[in-house]
Amino acid sequence: MVPISYYLALSAVLFGLGVLGFVFKRNIITIFMAIELMLNAVNLAFVAFSRALGQLQGQVFVFFVIVVAAAEAAVGLGIVILIARNRQSLNVERVNLLKL
Amino acid sequence: MTQLALFLVLAAIAVAAAVSLILQRHPIHSALSLVVVMVALAGLYLLLDAEFVAAVQIIVYAGAIMVLFVFVIMLLNAGTEERTNLSRAAHYAGIPLAALLLVGLAYTVTRAATPIVAQPTPKDATRQLSMLLFRDLAFPFELTSVLILIAMVGALVLAKRDE
Repeated sequence: MVPISYYLALSAVLFGLGVLGFVFKRNIITIFMAIELMLNAVNLAFVAFSRALGQLQGQVFVFFVIVVAAAEAAVGLGIVILIARNRQSLNVERVNLLKL
Repeated sequence: MTQLALFLVLAAIAVAAAVSLILQRHPIHSALSLVVVMVALAGLYLLLDAEFVAAVQIIVYAGAIMVLFVFVIMLLNAGTEERTNLSRAAHYAGIPLAALLLVGLAYTVTRAATPIVAQPTPKDATRQLSMLLFRDLAFPFELTSVLILIAMVGALVLAKRDE
């Protein structure tokens, strides 16, 4: 049996990599993928805790996270299409109307 | 012992693919890396005795959501990411802060989780899960269908061309 802390450490590493991608990538689609990576890391932590505590509520949470991720991906990619159409670019640096 | 070996292999694959997601400059390569991460995570769920979550992970995440991503990348004909100068604040503060977050997360999580020992999983876990999801949590479950419907309509409205 693998210690649960290993899973949690892996989850933290994946989440950190997701944050790195979110901060450093310039392509808006890749930034969305970094968000998905973070959600996946959180899911791993949920399942690991569910296993550690012998309860299934954690897995139910994972389903709801997946549903919300699907909704977020659908709406987010709609926004991406809109941005690409209006700005002719996927670079977030060019979406700067609100920037001082 | 076998489980530990499997865990290490799957974890290495997941981390390597996640690093590749960040380092690739073309979005389609990032998307394929993300698929590898998700499949590795599904393997980890199997190791954690969460068979149903593993199946859902493959079908919904690696299947539906990633197809959506790849479809949009192709629709927009997204090319290689262009390099831009990082702002000075991001350059000097970003990397240390991200490293701090990573280390802090790993430290807290490992320390907090040390006393937890794995309980035996119930034999019919998937059945119990369905009981939980469709009986005890039936109302939140139905609410998610409304959420999906709203997201669907929203995506259509957003992506629709103005006449």
